[in-house]
Amino acid sequence: MTITSPPGQVPSPLAAPKPAKQKGGGFLRYVITRFLLIIPTVFILITVVFFLMRVTGDPITAALGGRLTPDQLAARIHEAGYDRPLFIQYFEYLGQIFTGNLGRTLTDNTAVTDILTTYGAATLELAINAVLVALIVGIPLGLVAAKFRDRYPDAILRVLAILAYATPVFFAGLLLKLIFGVWLHWLPIAGRAGWQTELQLTTLQAPTGIYWLDALRSGNMEAFVNVTQHAILPAIALGLLTGGVFLRLVRTNAIGTLGREYVEAGRSRGVSEFRLTTKHAYRPALIPIITVMGMQIALLLGGAVLTETTFEWKGLGFKLAEYLTARDFVAVQGIVVLLAIIVAFTNFIVDVLAALIDPRVRY
Amino acid sequence: MSHAAPTITEDRGAVLRVEGLNIDFVTDAGAVPAVRGVDFTVKAGEILAIVGESGSGKSVTARTALGIMAENGAASGAVYLNGKDMLTLHGADLRAARGRDVAMVFQEPSTALNPVYTVGWQIMEGIRAHNKISKKEAKSRAIEAMRQVGIPDPEQRVDYYPHQFSGGQKQRVVIAAALALKPGLIVADEPTTALDVTVQAEILSLLRELRSELGTAIVIITHNMGVVADIADRVIVMNQGKIVEEAEALTLFEAPQEEYTRSLLAAVPHLGRESASEGMAERPVAGAEVLVEAKDLVVHFPGRLGTPGFTAVDKVDLKIHAGEVYGLVGESGSGKTTIGRTIAGLNRMTSGSLKVLGYEMAQFKERSFKPLREQIGFVFQDPAASFNPHLTIGECVAEPLMVHRELGASATRAKVAQLLEAVQLPSGFANRYPHELSGGQRQRASLARALALEPKLLIADEPTSALDVSVQAKVLQLFRELQAELGFAALFVSHDLAVVDQLATWVGVLFRGTLLEEGLGSQVLANPRNDYTQRLTASLPVPDPREQAQRRARIEELNAKG
Amino acid sequence: MSTATLPASNKSWVQKLPIISHLKMSSGLQRGMLVSGLILTSLFLSTAIFAPLIAPFGFAQSGDANGDFPRQAAPGGEFIWGTTSGGYDVFSRTVFGAQTAIFVIIAAVVMSLFLGVLLGLVSGYLGGWFDRIMVVLADAIYAFPSLLLAIVMSIVISQGQSTVFGGVMAAAISITVVFIPQYFRVVRAEVMRLKAEPFVESAQVIGASPWRVMITHLLRNATRTLPLIFTLNATEALLTLAGLGFLGFGIEPTSASEWGYDLNRAMSDATSGIWWTGLFPGLAIVITVLGMTLVGESMNDLNDPRLRRFSRKKAKRITQAGAGA
Repeated sequence: MTITSPPGQVPSPLAAPKPAKQKGGGFLRYVITRFLLIIPTVFILITVVFFLMRVTGDPITAALGGRLTPDQLAARIHEAGYDRPLFIQYFEYLGQIFTGNLGRTLTDNTAVTDILTTYGAATLELAINAVLVALIVGIPLGLVAAKFRDRYPDAILRVLAILAYATPVFFAGLLLKLIFGVWLHWLPIAGRAGWQTELQLTTLQAPTGIYWLDALRSGNMEAFVNVTQHAILPAIALGLLTGGVFLRLVRTNAIGTLGREYVEAGRSRGVSEFRLTTKHAYRPALIPIITVMGMQIALLLGGAVLTETTFEWKGLGFKLAEYLTARDFVAVQGIVVLLAIIVAFTNFIVDVLAALIDPRVRY
Repeated sequence: MSHAAPTITEDRGAVLRVEGLNIDFVTDAGAVPAVRGVDFTVKAGEILAIVGESGSGKSVTARTALGIMAENGAASGAVYLNGKDMLTLHGADLRAARGRDVAMVFQEPSTALNPVYTVGWQIMEGIRAHNKISKKEAKSRAIEAMRQVGIPDPEQRVDYYPHQFSGGQKQRVVIAAALALKPGLIVADEPTTALDVTVQAEILSLLRELRSELGTAIVIITHNMGVVADIADRVIVMNQGKIVEEAEALTLFEAPQEEYTRSLLAAVPHLGRESASEGMAERPVAGAEVLVEAKDLVVHFPGRLGTPGFTAVDKVDLKIHAGEVYGLVGESGSGKTTIGRTIAGLNRMTSGSLKVLGYEMAQFKERSFKPLREQIGFVFQDPAASFNPHLTIGECVAEPLMVHRELGASATRAKVAQLLEAVQLPSGFANRYPHELSGGQRQRASLARALALEPKLLIADEPTSALDVSVQAKVLQLFRELQAELGFAALFVSHDLAVVDQLATWVGVLFRGTLLEEGLGSQVLANPRNDYTQRLTASLPVPDPREQAQRRARIEELNAKG
Repeated sequence: MSTATLPASNKSWVQKLPIISHLKMSSGLQRGMLVSGLILTSLFLSTAIFAPLIAPFGFAQSGDANGDFPRQAAPGGEFIWGTTSGGYDVFSRTVFGAQTAIFVIIAAVVMSLFLGVLLGLVSGYLGGWFDRIMVVLADAIYAFPSLLLAIVMSIVISQGQSTVFGGVMAAAISITVVFIPQYFRVVRAEVMRLKAEPFVESAQVIGASPWRVMITHLLRNATRTLPLIFTLNATEALLTLAGLGFLGFGIEPTSASEWGYDLNRAMSDATSGIWWTGLFPGLAIVITVLGMTLVGESMNDLNDPRLRRFSRKKAKRITQAGAGA
């Protein structure tokens, strides 16, 4: 039955009249509590990763096992302290991380924090580009799909979104490279810039490491064009994956808000359907959308590892794959912990953004 | 007519004329007819009430006046609003009529306002959709509309978000938005159902004032006969998609023509009639064993993540004797449900003392309390949600027997059949699933489950507030019969004063967690001593337009006093 | 009340099965999506089951009685989809890849389903410190890139060295660990919601024991949405497996055939314009994931009455026909 007029009130102890409304304060308190929640998350991940990586063996045997004699191995293991009880190693490791030391790689003896400063910008650039593509594709198309729910535009968009999700980034990358690089020769298929451009950009004073930004700052338009050409294919490969997720997210939430009574109330005041979709349905849907988009940072970083490997984009993910192949698990552990911290902080920022949009939290 | 009738003559014509309206909905089970052959008119400046129980088609009928129809619905016939057929209008023409010629007030003001925009923004939006005027001018009109519906400081409040208003004020804002363009007709769909009775009285008087000041015609959809008696000039009674009777309000209540109308009116509980404690001078079972005794009972719910908590029950003293029906009344947030749940061990108490069947709930341990549970039955408000959808009614009713008695399968079956018979359900219902029963049937089964172990104490938490009045009357009758026969004590929790008065001899009135007043139902509810109780009882509309007019005068008197 | 009294249902149990009942409920575009999803999924399933009959060569076969196969041969002739740089037949490897995929999917989803549901049920109903720890743990793992966690797990399980059993099982267990938090969260959220439902409270006031409440009242109601999560997670399991394979953490080509690994090998081929080594395993992933997602999404829509589609035209027709009656 669709005809309802639920009679009677539904009292609940928790839906009682709120005590005097408190202004301000609430938001700051929310930000602080939410910030403190980062600590257990990061701590748990560090602990889990540490014990998982150590229960089965020490990193030196894994990396150099075949190449050294047992005596040499034992000496190296003793030197690095891997023969001490696991808990002592764990607390030492925690202490190190607390002072900002994530360890040194075994294969090339680089500090993990240096890997971040050298390659972090590249991953950041890729992530920004991909999120831009995803937002431009996902939000408007998601609203269109929600508005034309279960009619042809919606069916087509949904199948496209599922296709974007079903295509692994590396397969999408392979197809893009084949079509636009190898066959059409329109775009370069690997790297972040031509080698001359790369040289120009890295020798700049105080580079940000985000190439298109550096190129713009130095006013070098030729470099900017070169960098953009290199950025297009990776951004599309990773952006379409995330864009498909955004599209479905916007669609589901907008369908939810389009069915709300305040949309019908707007309709009963003579507000146009376009405005009902873009204002009444979109703004309230944005709060859950932003929260879930924050969750997608994990998907994005996982995808970045694959995208960077596909396009030889020298970022954190690319280095991670290199260390994996070299079986340098100290480096892998360091980068994984680093990414965990990045994920936790991004989620924090995203939650604060979502709260800023919601007047119920702000006031 | 008891209140000042508007001086409007017949020839000013109809604002709304509905002719031969049919509506169907397509569902899993095929097409369901919702409305059949409905004709009526609404004259300018008139208040027309459409009443009916759920499924009568009253709400869908009224919504066609705005051309609003659910996606799976289809209508035929004609709905003329100022001469234009709303069923055939599309796009810009339809939008031009909505808001300007007809506006709507919704049942639940908190869902009818968009939480992320200010109320001013939402009122202005409607104004600017119809007039090309500046933001500033629209804002001043919005402020004017808010002032008209009695919101204090509209200049500041226009920039508030909906959550910064109370429920009654939100409904005023919704009415302000509807009024902003001075439409000739307002459709109000159960505008007071989600509100407490004291707030309901304010909103009804606001609607009445607007009609006399602006001459706006109002179609009010309601299931509440008291609301009809309070506000309507003319009434349409609907049942199963058809109009049963149409009459002036006074005529309808005093000389109903149709059998259905008569039975509907007879089922409505009327405060002050059929009181359970009629003629009593003192508490009838005062000497009997005390089953529940609360002293300084406090129940506090802690807040989450630094937000302040909420004290639901604040220093309450009460006693329930064996064999007595104790009625607990109060508005939402008064703590009445919390008290019932605490007695049943569903909530923990915070401080004070609460003895249930001799057990001190302050030292509550599930293990030690469990043997006492067979002495306590509980009936929940929502009969649809209180049965596991995957179990049959028989399995649900048998559950207390399975937990506390070790009967064999056939003995259990026999007992279940016996229990179902006691609540007047056919024994074949034992094999049905909950969704195959109607609301009233489920609530009977729920009563059977609560009484399966013949408890000494029954806690009934708003057991009939989710039911239609005619069903409610039957369930209440059954409750009275069973109580007389089995002699259990009961705590009857309800927001409906008339229902409580019919069932309970001893009544307590709660307000924000404190017990304000206690006494015989006929005394507390007829001659309340406490200010709040006076206001509460005066606010409850009774299904009799003449008596209601007197009561309204009484509220105005109380309001004038303070 | 809005819940109408329905006639006692006497449909046979066959019509109550998840997918069959969904098929009957659907109409129009929704049915189109569901049917095409079912076709693609059965294509995948039958390929996996009949792989040895379909594939002309073994997955690790790089030659026969006539000598070694040609390397990087273009599609055509004996090798309909060409051969790889290692001399394997692309068609045979793609077909056998379905077998690996289905084994890993089933192992991973079943293990994580079992553990996740159990933990979610107990944690959600009993609450307390156990629940608090589980929630923080599950949230931390959930927020973490699942691919990275799978990498860490596969290092732990096989030290990155793939043996016959190790490779497949390592992938399955890695994926299991990643998915437990997801099932846990869904079931726990559902249990938390149901815990406040009157039918659970009514069992509590009767005095039913926690186990009785969990098993008779919560389990079936809380696992209502699982078929849907099942299909969605199956696709994620496959994508994670492919991701692992692509990074070289999959299965050695001689122990089983795996699409992600083949794509890894195909990357360098692509630079020289050799398209067939990558295209076919890639398409196999896309088709499999597409099929399962279509089934899952349609089931989701059909389960939610608000998302189910009714035709207004049909309603109109009925109204006009029936109005006179």
